[in-house]
Amino acid sequence: MLKKIERTAIDKSCAAVRIADAKFPAPFRSGLEYSAPARGTWNIVHTGMLVPEGHEIFVCAASCLRGVVLTAAEQGTSDRFSTIAVRENNLLDGDMEQLIIDGVGDILSKLPKRPPAVLLYTSCVHHFTGCDLKLVYRRLREKYPDVDFTDCYMNPIMRKSGLTPDQLMRRQLYSLLKKQPLDQKSVNIIGNDFATLPSSELVAIIKEGGYTLREIQDCRSYAEYQQMATASLNIVYNPAAKAGAAALERRLGQKYLYLPLSYDYDEIVDGLNTLCDALHLPRQDFSRRIADCEAAMEKAKAVIGDTPIAIDYTLCYRPLSLARLLLRKGFNVQRVYLDGIGEEKADFEALQKEAPDLMLYATVEVKMRFLHGEDAGAGGEHFLALGQKAAYFTGSDNFVNIVECGGLYGFDGIIRLAGEMEDAYLHKKDARRLIQIKGFGGGCCL
Amino acid sequence: MKQTASFISTYSADVFGVASALYELGGMTIMHDASGCNSTYNTHDEPRWYDIDSMVYISGISEMEAVMGDDGKLIDDIVQAAGELSPKFIALAGTPIPMMIGTDYKAVASVIEKKTGIPAFGFATNGMHDYLSGISMAFEAFASRMTRPMEVVPHSVNVLGLTPLDFAVCGYDRELVSRLQADGFTVLSTWSMGCSLEDIGRSAAAEVNLVVSWCGLAAAKKLKAMYGTPYVIGAPVGQKFTAEVLDALHRAAEDKTCRNLCQPASPEGTTVLIGESVTSLSLAAALRREGGGDVRVICPVCCESQPGLVRALDEDELVKALAGAETVVADPLYQPICKDKRFVRLPHEAFSGRLFRREDVNLLTGFDRLKRELLGE
Repeated sequence: MLKKIERTAIDKSCAAVRIADAKFPAPFRSGLEYSAPARGTWNIVHTGMLVPEGHEIFVCAASCLRGVVLTAAEQGTSDRFSTIAVRENNLLDGDMEQLIIDGVGDILSKLPKRPPAVLLYTSCVHHFTGCDLKLVYRRLREKYPDVDFTDCYMNPIMRKSGLTPDQLMRRQLYSLLKKQPLDQKSVNIIGNDFATLPSSELVAIIKEGGYTLREIQDCRSYAEYQQMATASLNIVYNPAAKAGAAALERRLGQKYLYLPLSYDYDEIVDGLNTLCDALHLPRQDFSRRIADCEAAMEKAKAVIGDTPIAIDYTLCYRPLSLARLLLRKGFNVQRVYLDGIGEEKADFEALQKEAPDLMLYATVEVKMRFLHGEDAGAGGEHFLALGQKAAYFTGSDNFVNIVECGGLYGFDGIIRLAGEMEDAYLHKKDARRLIQIKGFGGGCCL
Repeated sequence: MKQTASFISTYSADVFGVASALYELGGMTIMHDASGCNSTYNTHDEPRWYDIDSMVYISGISEMEAVMGDDGKLIDDIVQAAGELSPKFIALAGTPIPMMIGTDYKAVASVIEKKTGIPAFGFATNGMHDYLSGISMAFEAFASRMTRPMEVVPHSVNVLGLTPLDFAVCGYDRELVSRLQADGFTVLSTWSMGCSLEDIGRSAAAEVNLVVSWCGLAAAKKLKAMYGTPYVIGAPVGQKFTAEVLDALHRAAEDKTCRNLCQPASPEGTTVLIGESVTSLSLAAALRREGGGDVRVICPVCCESQPGLVRALDEDELVKALAGAETVVADPLYQPICKDKRFVRLPHEAFSGRLFRREDVNLLTGFDRLKRELLGE
């Protein structure tokens, strides 16, 4: 017996702003936060499950366990997931360390097979109670020498203090790698939820240059995962994984290159040239690839025409760079949904001049609870949405269903994205069903 | 207790219970939380999220605000949002860190109410108790504060304890209202699915209250204390037991005496139900009346102590409580600890969230099918 709650029209102030009037890096006020029902981005459960054969144990209160338990259940990975519930008495009695040590032991004794690695997630309460995690890990390693333990964190209260939980997860994902002699002909791409598509120039340069390339998504066993420790170079293009790459350099001596995802041809060429130099390979002429990009964009534009376009930050790491490319190619980009601007200061400032009327929309601002599903372009046209949140907020079933780049990178990524845009324009998807799947592309039992 | 779960899920928490209880009433519910509670709640515990634009938010508390005990930002943010969105009430519910820093929810709510003129409630949840305690708190507070004395409407009833966490969105609430109406009752309110704040405000006019899950009991007791309204505990399930509930309602309305139809379960029964106490005991009673034999009921969540009711609060206790069971009727996420037993799937939103929504059982219209499956007919 669902009844709609009646509400008069909501004004958009504070939830939407012309880019020319927006402030860097926080275009919107800070306040209460809303959560839209677009769930495709991965969380720390999904990402942690990338460690092959690893077992996740979360130690936290019921309210915090609820989301992660059901993430694993929906992903079909409950057999690699266990919990230890923190209760009031544990905070009052000061027995948190013992609770964790005993709890992990209990879980390990019950599992049908001893996992080679345990990702142990502690939470905000451990930080605030001053739980001696060093002692906990020392004891666990003494008691279970056949298991590799790593410290993972679900402590969102720290999201504004140092590394965010997402950054920490992408660092700890590789913390189980054990030091090995480095192979000068071996390279990793690290820090992404999706493996980079083999067709990308990044992968092609590495492989055609005679290097062995590894990504965690391709590792089928814990032993294969450990082979990632032999790489002499790590490539990162997810900004949230830079801290992880720096940690590996300190710990294993693996150099790293940050080759940011970009939709600017010059920046892409610069990145690929940097890669070639680091691998001692001749630089390549990318003019044909650029021409291919231009052709793909033109073809997409011919199909999509002046359809209003909305982009959101869950699609890729650089939504403003993408908006800039599309605007330059004549696409009618009207909106970008994001809550903050990270590394894109240059693109932000450029867009303020190049497209001052481009609208930035928040996603967590309280008013966004009501600003969805009924908007259309200035002429009443249906939006083409790039990303799940853009699809939700604009109420569009014509959307590109990609999260966190989806493995697209470089010129190849642009060409493929143009194809996805065309397809999304021509064919509707079931947005309501698709965007509510947690950790899109990571497995789902729903 | 080791408090571990090697294989099974976790029940929804108190803070989500508050949000679920108040979801359709036109207010604003704020979970005082850093991040994560809102997406957890609206993904797994709130099937109405996509269809009803209820104002449920998180405060986004940060480390510095917690360390400094800065309630000012919380209050300012709520006052600002309320000024723009005009909720009918404001409810603030807590999570672990605000509890650790001793947040005084009642005081914060009082300040907010003074600043906005909107009724405000502070619920000292902490994310460490199950959903029922949160719902119970919210309903009890609304019984105290949002109802007013009214002339009694003859043959009228309120239903207390209806949320999707226990009854899903599969039509049970509608069917229950239909059955009550068909039996001559005027249904004044259904706390709180398909019900408005105004309906709740008229609750004192009911002749009798029907408590369909444990979380409605505190409100029923409060309404009894405030207005003398008697209550009947029992969730209508199956033909025969439903008839008993309806009869008990009529009699309670007449003699003003409360009745509990959750009769003693059979702790040695080889058929086992795992779940919320009132619905499970009602289902057990319904099955017993229709050939289901003795049924053991295991309750892992908040409940009243009840003869024969088996309490089990973590996985170890559940495994022990299941000893000797031949058939288990429970949420599918209990299946990993029931491997050597016959298992009948009965999805429970409060345990498995949205995972098995397609299999949700309406305990009124779907009882016969469930019974046939259980009896192997």
